[in-house]
Amino acid sequence: MRHRLDIQIGPVAFRIGSAWKAPLDALEHLYASYPAPEDGLADFTVRLEPERPWRRFIRPSVAIKGDYVLADAAPVSLAHGLLAAEMGMNLQMALGQKRYLLLHAATVEKDGRALIMTGESGAGKSTLAALLGERGWRLMGDEFALLDMASGRLLPFPRAVSLKNKAIAVMEAEVAANRFGPRLDGTPKGAIRHMRPNADAIARMGEGATPALILFPRFGEAEAVRGVGAAEVFMRLTQASTNYVALGREGFDALNRLIAANPALAIDYPDTDSAVGMVEDFWRARAA
Amino acid sequence: MNARLLVRALRDPASVGDCDWSGLISAARAEQIIGSLAFRMEGQPVPARIEAIFEAARRDAAYSRTQALWEAEMARRALAPLGVPVVLMKGTAFHAADYDARIGRSVGDLDIMVPRASLDAVEAALLDAGWERMKEAEGYDDVYYRRWMHELPPLIHRTRDRMIDVHHTILPLTARPTPDAEALLADSVALENGLRILAPADIIVHAAAHLFADGDLAGGLRNLWDIDRLLREFAAADPDFWGKLRARARLHQLDHDVARALRLARRLYATPLEKRGSRSFSLTDRLFEARILARNGWGQERRKLLRFAFYVRSHWLRMPPLMLARHLWTKATRKPARS
Repeated sequence: MRHRLDIQIGPVAFRIGSAWKAPLDALEHLYASYPAPEDGLADFTVRLEPERPWRRFIRPSVAIKGDYVLADAAPVSLAHGLLAAEMGMNLQMALGQKRYLLLHAATVEKDGRALIMTGESGAGKSTLAALLGERGWRLMGDEFALLDMASGRLLPFPRAVSLKNKAIAVMEAEVAANRFGPRLDGTPKGAIRHMRPNADAIARMGEGATPALILFPRFGEAEAVRGVGAAEVFMRLTQASTNYVALGREGFDALNRLIAANPALAIDYPDTDSAVGMVEDFWRARAA
Repeated sequence: MNARLLVRALRDPASVGDCDWSGLISAARAEQIIGSLAFRMEGQPVPARIEAIFEAARRDAAYSRTQALWEAEMARRALAPLGVPVVLMKGTAFHAADYDARIGRSVGDLDIMVPRASLDAVEAALLDAGWERMKEAEGYDDVYYRRWMHELPPLIHRTRDRMIDVHHTILPLTARPTPDAEALLADSVALENGLRILAPADIIVHAAAHLFADGDLAGGLRNLWDIDRLLREFAAADPDFWGKLRARARLHQLDHDVARALRLARRLYATPLEKRGSRSFSLTDRLFEARILARNGWGQERRKLLRFAFYVRSHWLRMPPLMLARHLWTKATRKPARS
């Protein structure tokens, strides 16, 4: 490939190749201060390349390829090349990650214990995690939680936070401008802006945490809390996992241990500030 | 790096010293042979990150095996009442028979073969048991499959999302060689659960037919690896194997393709062959070899022109010129249909 960038995010090393320079420049800026993989090797390879040779120049469009691909993934415009790189990395994790039990969940940590937040797209977990990450918690990841099946510990995967639509302004009010990528308007998911986690989250990306609490947040409702039984938690987490079935017995046992050891709550919240308050309350109650 | 490193790692794992590991992994994933590679490299000194990738690949291979055998069992249950022979083919057969070729082998679709006269009953039983059509009934593809192909249009299971290909022979009816489908069934071997697999020699003939007489060599690196593993095992188990293979290749009119498969397997994977009569590696063989190795360390396809030539060749072999022209015309001019 013409251009190449290597990035280590938590335990995972990516090798990203591109036919154009611009997407990697944007990526390099966004992931400034992330280490390159120490061994120079990659867990996953992502390729950004033209669908047809001439599409490198004429109406350039970026096909998202790599070790693992979706057959019907639509190419994106070169202006959204950064998004293509992010989608490519996510795709490798979602389709190819078989080393850890992968949950589609955000995780934050305090005092060595981790809070897992999972829910459907739009439930607000990403924004909530990003906000907590600026208010005394360590952001471990906004998208994927990696559960080490042998130890039961969560490993950080602090990739750039993908903020969508209204969440962008929420975080712009909270975080210095130099931690943001370009604002990408008109993507299939609306406006997207990526935000680099803070220095603490990046410096401690090798440091795992023991889970302490599982939350199922839902944005846009009046404040409400309900306990969730083990069976429901199990079902929700298997649905939130991309590789639970493939991991077989080991995955089943690990998930069961996670659920047995941790209380779970479903919370509705009207806005992110009240959610932060609720999370702090639960956390104090859990610690007491 | 190109796919030659991947071939070397499969053939002689100890020879892989300090290499382009990331390239090796990407090429192996692209060729869908990472599982086999992971088992071959077991116990070799490799960097920690790569070892973790191999370990995950080995676990994933175990899952693929479970899934493949389960899918075969589901088909067995659906078809048992019909009382017709059901022969497992390709990857699923290697797993069901516990051949060495199963080690690390991933399996996509379930491939089975049944007597041509039972096709309608088999299809009806599968539709009844939850499989669904992927091609529009009576559409061009559907009709084409039923009239000219060696298999039914693919079916997919409603809840398990897995495909089944139901064959009645091993080459399209439009291809020049005409394999003896009755002999394939007659000499198939029963497994404990009542399902069957092809006789060893026929397994090789089918693999060669699939690789050289029917396709554009996509996945050739893995198919040849299957052939290498199978040949080693079959030749060791049966002193008369090579003679049987020659006879079956001739019977199915595929002796040239089988001979080419043997030469390429020896070339790439150092497969030990019988001494007598094996021809040396020809210029044409080199083209096949180049096509099989057309993959770089980013996992990208290389040699676009050569690939295209083999694509054209695959169609040329599959049907007579006039029919080919009409087929390509129909495919090119119809509205793109999403299956």
